Amino acid sequence: MTSPCLRLKKSLQLCVIIKKLRLINQLTIGIMLKKFSFPLLLLAAAVLTGGTAWGAEEVVTDSGTTSWMLTSTALVLLMVPGLAMFYGGLVRTKNVIGTMMHSFAAMVIIGVLWPTLGYALSFGPGILGGLVGWDSKYFLLQGIDDTIMSTHIPEYVFAMFQGKFAIITPALIAGAFAERVNFKGYAIFIALWSIIVYSPICHWVWASDGFLFNLGPKGAIDFAGGTVVHISSGVTALVAALYLGARRGYPKNVMHPNNLVMTLMGAGLLWVGWFGFNAGSSIASNLDTARALTVTQIAAAAGAFTWMVIEMFQHGKATSLGVASGILAGLVAITPAAGVVQPVGALALGALAAIFCYLAIMLKNRLGYDDSLDAFGVHGVGGIVGALALTFFIRPSWMADAAALAGGSWTVWQQLGVQATAVGITIAYASVISLILLFLVEKTVGLRISEDEEMSGLDHSMHGEQGYGLINLN
Amino acid sequence: MKLITAIIQPDRLDHVREALIQADITRITVSRVTGHGRQEDIEIYRGQRIAPNLIPKVRLDIAVNDEFVNITVDTIIEKAKHGTGEVGDGKIFITPLEECIRIRTREKGGKAI
Repeated sequence: MTSPCLRLKKSLQLCVIIKKLRLINQLTIGIMLKKFSFPLLLLAAAVLTGGTAWGAEEVVTDSGTTSWMLTSTALVLLMVPGLAMFYGGLVRTKNVIGTMMHSFAAMVIIGVLWPTLGYALSFGPGILGGLVGWDSKYFLLQGIDDTIMSTHIPEYVFAMFQGKFAIITPALIAGAFAERVNFKGYAIFIALWSIIVYSPICHWVWASDGFLFNLGPKGAIDFAGGTVVHISSGVTALVAALYLGARRGYPKNVMHPNNLVMTLMGAGLLWVGWFGFNAGSSIASNLDTARALTVTQIAAAAGAFTWMVIEMFQHGKATSLGVASGILAGLVAITPAAGVVQPVGALALGALAAIFCYLAIMLKNRLGYDDSLDAFGVHGVGGIVGALALTFFIRPSWMADAAALAGGSWTVWQQLGVQATAVGITIAYASVISLILLFLVEKTVGLRISEDEEMSGLDHSMHGEQGYGLINLN
Repeated sequence: MKLITAIIQPDRLDHVREALIQADITRITVSRVTGHGRQEDIEIYRGQRIAPNLIPKVRLDIAVNDEFVNITVDTIIEKAKHGTGEVGDGKIFITPLEECIRIRTREKGGKAI
């Protein structure tokens, strides 16, 4: 059970090989295949679970898998308005539109960029020594009009499914610098970030020739985006919060959420959408999908439960924001792990994520930097906890496969080393490149808004609107 | 005793409050109001530029003993201004206050403020 997105690309290449083989007498195929390396064979077995592709002339669409993947694609997009509501409810009244627009702008901007460049840069064959991918046939998705992937879904579905991940990732960063950035600067920043930070990391971790995908016998485990989505955005969020500085008046003035009702609805939409995010990342509709969905549900509940209990002990009251944060912490932590852990692992990861994220937010308050909506505190910390701690809960069959591939033994500690390498590289790359991008955008178009604009609020100063009609009598 | 009512721009509220607290004026009532002075505010609605005739403002009500009137008024004026002053920065009204009663203790007059 390597990360399915990766497996998918690998299987695509395999399919080509298989097609070539078909020229030879079909009876000899089995024998021919034995000449392939053992790992490749195992992979083929894993990919072609149904065994249907062997004799078939063409890879055909499987309507069940395709419908689930279409559903998942829609579910992941639903997370973006969910995030807009989650973040939008947490800021002050004067910034509600500006904050929700950060998520919607990602939907719009990355929605254009991804089919144009993003998909080619992420899932094309590696260029520049594997730094990014590129394949001109993916430019504007021109070459995939007829492609059915070996997972029996049209490649359009895969490209769009991956596109939703590319959309939500930069939108997550916005939580760190909420209430104080220029809309134009933000738009340019996320466009550059998506190309220069997201696509390379996505390529390393999920493309079949990505170096993190091929680290260790079964690769660095990142089922649905622990490193690619959550650590990359979380670390960037921290760098951005530190670089741009605190909001005026933070932390002396209280900055209350304007609408926790909306935040809760947003958290609910995120939870629902996450089933597409994780279970869809199996790029299948089978046992793997069921496993991913089950552990996703369990981890989210475990995270929220743990957060609630901590708050009950610390303050005697369980807050709604605490429950929402716990849900997110659990979901973030299970994201990399959804393909390899069992329900016990999901409970543990959810609880661990809630504890560490809670501590991280307490530490943030102590240190005084202004990660306004805790983008790093939840996504960065939760992602790191998930990507590392999952090692201790991997199902035995996965470890046995890894041991076989490694030629005898493969220990938890060795896999932890692989995980730590992937996490470390993601942190280093995302933080350094993001800092450069932030600097460039700040010095050219400007990212931090003026004090007057900040005080009158993003809604008015950036968009010429008001979030709520209530304050205007006319 | 005087009742000071100030109508200011919403984006100056934090500045004014911080300065009032520095000057030891900590008892204050704040409300969102809309109103209309000489200022025109342009909003955009689906591409059309609209000048709404009522503009969001913040209203401060502060009851003070006479010796605090000047410091309160000066603080508000200093902090509510945009730069050297713009149309729309607001107004201050001062009215005599006949009586002030603390509900909890029934105390009356200056010591109840």
